Amino acid sequence: MTILVIAEHNNQDLSVATLATLAAAEKVASDLSSEIHMIVMGHESNSVCEQAAACASVKKVLSAQDAALENPTAESLAAIVVANADGYTHIFASATTSGKNFLPRVGAKLDVQPISEIVSVESADTFTRPIYAGNAIATVQSTDSVKVITVRATGFDAAEATGGSASIEDINVVSQISNNSTFVSQELTVSERPELTAAKIIISGGRGMQSGENFHLLEVIADKLGAAVGASRAAVDAGFVPNDYQVGQTGKIVAPDLYIAVGISGAIQHLAGMKDSKVIVAINKDEDAPIFQVADYGLVADLFKALPELNDAL
Amino acid sequence: MKLLVTVKRVVDYNVKVRVKDDHSGIETANVKMSMNPFCEIAVEEAIRLKEKGVASEIVVVSIGPKQCQETLRTALALGADRAILVNTDEEVQPLAVAKLLQAVIAKESPEMVIMGKQSIDGDNNQSGQMLAALLDWPQGTFASEINVADGKLAVTREVDGGLETISLTLPAVVTTDLRLNEPRFASLPNIMKAKRKTLDEMIPADLGVDITARVKTLKVTPPAAREAGVIVESVEELVEKLRNEAKVI
Repeated sequence: MTILVIAEHNNQDLSVATLATLAAAEKVASDLSSEIHMIVMGHESNSVCEQAAACASVKKVLSAQDAALENPTAESLAAIVVANADGYTHIFASATTSGKNFLPRVGAKLDVQPISEIVSVESADTFTRPIYAGNAIATVQSTDSVKVITVRATGFDAAEATGGSASIEDINVVSQISNNSTFVSQELTVSERPELTAAKIIISGGRGMQSGENFHLLEVIADKLGAAVGASRAAVDAGFVPNDYQVGQTGKIVAPDLYIAVGISGAIQHLAGMKDSKVIVAINKDEDAPIFQVADYGLVADLFKALPELNDAL
Repeated sequence: MKLLVTVKRVVDYNVKVRVKDDHSGIETANVKMSMNPFCEIAVEEAIRLKEKGVASEIVVVSIGPKQCQETLRTALALGADRAILVNTDEEVQPLAVAKLLQAVIAKESPEMVIMGKQSIDGDNNQSGQMLAALLDWPQGTFASEINVADGKLAVTREVDGGLETISLTLPAVVTTDLRLNEPRFASLPNIMKAKRKTLDEMIPADLGVDITARVKTLKVTPPAAREAGVIVESVEELVEKLRNEAKVI
């Protein structure tokens, strides 16, 4: 019995989310005494293959390299996984926008009902996952012969990334490259700060920030703390910051050691994305804001006064 | 171009959902139901494509119980031309949704399908991708902008690092993200007119699709509650607590 984990990467480094996904796979593997293989689909991503091979629990790495996979489409990724799916009992990917994009296609092609965004492994066929924006947790059991699963990174601690010495096997993927969908361009937010999903500290702003310029008040504090900057959906919809800042059910799901919510009222949608944070701080001038119901430390204050004070105090 | 749009009837997004005491699911009795917000965006986008002259006809499809007629009538009032209800009281999981839609598409032959990226009940985010795979069509998921030109579909997608633009051949499946558009409200005259538009009904067996659930829900429980903490009086006190009590900075 073998389990396949799909590596997510930028052609240079394996993502932190992949290590959490690998941790979920390890739980199933120990239940079934299975071996874990990892597939790396990319372009000149040899360093990723080496990092995958170094993961303690990975026994074999499948390396699928093609120029078309530099910015891969869901159609190509799914076709490659399906073509190599024989013999695997479980196929795991991270519940990122990439994993959510291609893994359902894999499920459809294998005639399997996938399970999205698991947060725990109960057994080899039973998992838990949030539904209704995290307002309920469903325990679900797959009856399909193959389990196709995306893993929410916040539910698992990263797997051991060193100590392994897996073999790396090249696979040919030319015939699986799709031509009905092509990559045109991307506009990625360039930032010196850590990524939201990997940051230990996050400071987020909401509608209360009043403008994009005012996010500067958060950024200076973020830089002192080595934190990432996030935002509520209201702040993104108002055009203060780009979409990839959004923390929430339809944005990024985060669980840092410290989450500082500034000028965020605490809509269910936002809470679903950050309520697993270890320590939550809320700064809001409205003492009735729902965010205070989940905050460990609440400060009822005008953020335009509190933020400069916080900056000075750090 | 003929468009097919899907709509799902879900617990209204403003309702605070409650887990049933026997942990069998969510309380839905006497709870307000509405069109899934991402489906509203899908309907709106289809109407805009028709207003621009890109689309000629909009067929709206829903799968579920009889009450989905109301959801379909809402879409008709907004501007869809014709509706189809695949009527079933069973739970229909995304794989079965994709198979049912595939069968409807075989009859209707649309050139584009627009769906919500996920429904706010099951939060699966799968049906559009699975439908595209079954049809061997390309997909443009989590769309924040779409443009049809020269027989191709350009889709700008919301991805983790920012935005990505891809080009698809048609026919294709698009799934909507929040910022694709702002849905309109239906006017009273249009609500009246929608009552006279065609709404066809069928059942899964008519489409030859087995909708047996592949994933069993063993139980549904409330999430771990988070206790409210303390209110601090000043920034100074906050920093002191974060340093010495929580030890996170």
